[in-house]
Amino acid sequence: MSINPEQLRYSKEHEWLSAVEDGTATVGITSHAADALGDVVFVQLPEVGSAVTAGESCGELESTKSVSDLYSPVTGEIAEVNEDVVNDPGLVNSAPFEDGWLFKVRVTEEPSDLISAAEYDAFIGE
Amino acid sequence: MTSAPAAPRRTALDAVHRALGATMTDFAGWEMPLRYASEREEHNAVRTSAGLFDLSHMGEITVTGPQAGEALDFALVGHLSALAVGRARYTMICGEDGGIVDDLIVYRLTDSEYMIVANASNAQVVLDAVTERAAHFDAQVRDDRDAYALIAVQGPHSPAILASLTDADLEGLKYYAGLPSTVAGIGALIARTGYTGEDGFELFVAPSDAEALWQALTEAGKAHGLIPCGLSCRDTLRLEAGMPLYGHELTTALTPFDAGLGRVVKFDRPGDFVGRKALEQAAEKAQAAPPRKLVGLVAAGRRVPRAGYAVVDAEGATIGEVTSGAPSPTLGKPIAMAYVDAGHAAPGTEGVAVDIRGTHEPYEVVALPFYKRER
Repeated sequence: MSINPEQLRYSKEHEWLSAVEDGTATVGITSHAADALGDVVFVQLPEVGSAVTAGESCGELESTKSVSDLYSPVTGEIAEVNEDVVNDPGLVNSAPFEDGWLFKVRVTEEPSDLISAAEYDAFIGE
Repeated sequence: MTSAPAAPRRTALDAVHRALGATMTDFAGWEMPLRYASEREEHNAVRTSAGLFDLSHMGEITVTGPQAGEALDFALVGHLSALAVGRARYTMICGEDGGIVDDLIVYRLTDSEYMIVANASNAQVVLDAVTERAAHFDAQVRDDRDAYALIAVQGPHSPAILASLTDADLEGLKYYAGLPSTVAGIGALIARTGYTGEDGFELFVAPSDAEALWQALTEAGKAHGLIPCGLSCRDTLRLEAGMPLYGHELTTALTPFDAGLGRVVKFDRPGDFVGRKALEQAAEKAQAAPPRKLVGLVAAGRRVPRAGYAVVDAEGATIGEVTSGAPSPTLGKPIAMAYVDAGHAAPGTEGVAVDIRGTHEPYEVVALPFYKRER
């Protein structure tokens, strides 16, 4: 059974995107990505109000072994960032689809290559 | 030897790691457990209770014969013929130019038998060099890489765990000593050595016994908080303890004196050894005009320095390079080891920063190690 929630959509950079409500969607990284990183120790998120572009780096995730770019799965403007995850980066590992969400974005443009949970399952070889 | 890239080698405990759900990684041609669950919890278990490691990738080389000690005196930089039976020594093998070929632990098993433990990545080079250098001595060099599995139990609870499985005199077994005995009925060389900065043991056993020993230690360790630990936490443990890692703090481009480990080179002994002349010069230079020094760096912020990042001064000029860096679970901050120019190497030097992907993050210069256990 898939561990990737069905109601979300996914990018091939391993971000998830919630359904868009009132023009705003929530973004995080998948549990597959969090597992691959190991213990996340530092999260650098984009600033509220800043513009993000689909597929472009907008922050960083540091784990014990490496640093990874955080990509935005959509184009838009940052509406809110998760301060809890900044203070406790381990939330990305313990609850990547829930309390470990990263930011909310006012979506102006969606790329055409976002995929469904089933497609993401296949993409990561689940 | 084949020249084609070989499939990664697997240890005798491979099936155990997979059953435990380990994340595996390629390390020096071996498929090794990187972590089982959270590497931070594994790290903390070793600091506060105990951790169990598969280190079977390490390379064992046995040297035997009436002149085994003299052969090692010539081949390595230490005075191994003076080592007492049952004791171990941290030492190095250097080139003629004094460059570090590898850092080693050498155990004296009997009057005429020594075991060298080399890093996995260097084991072949060390085997070849020792074989060549021992050729003129009455000594035989044997490749024992496949003869041993190596399991380590590290952490403050490791003596209690091991004591429940062996009659060996662990109280009498000092740090850097080794004792042939049995653990859980399995013949093992018990060594009080490690790479974590904690008390602990390394157990050399036949690969066919590795799984039984692993399971016995797991069972005995349950009540003591022992958990399986991967190479990821091994790296942060050794970094906190200020222990060098070959390929990072130690390379062929550096002498032991450059690395601040000149004490392993023993000049005051009979006979020549490979690299003596170059090392004598390196020792003088280190005294008169030290080049860069190996220091510790502790972050003010939270961004983590990685190997290869530049260390800079207040004006942004490069004054050194990070060799290892990681978030330290014990200190709760990023830490690093770095070679920095002697003028900036004193603990407390102001204005030192690490260039972390274009941003100069302030770092405090500290003396190594970052962590020292209470004895």
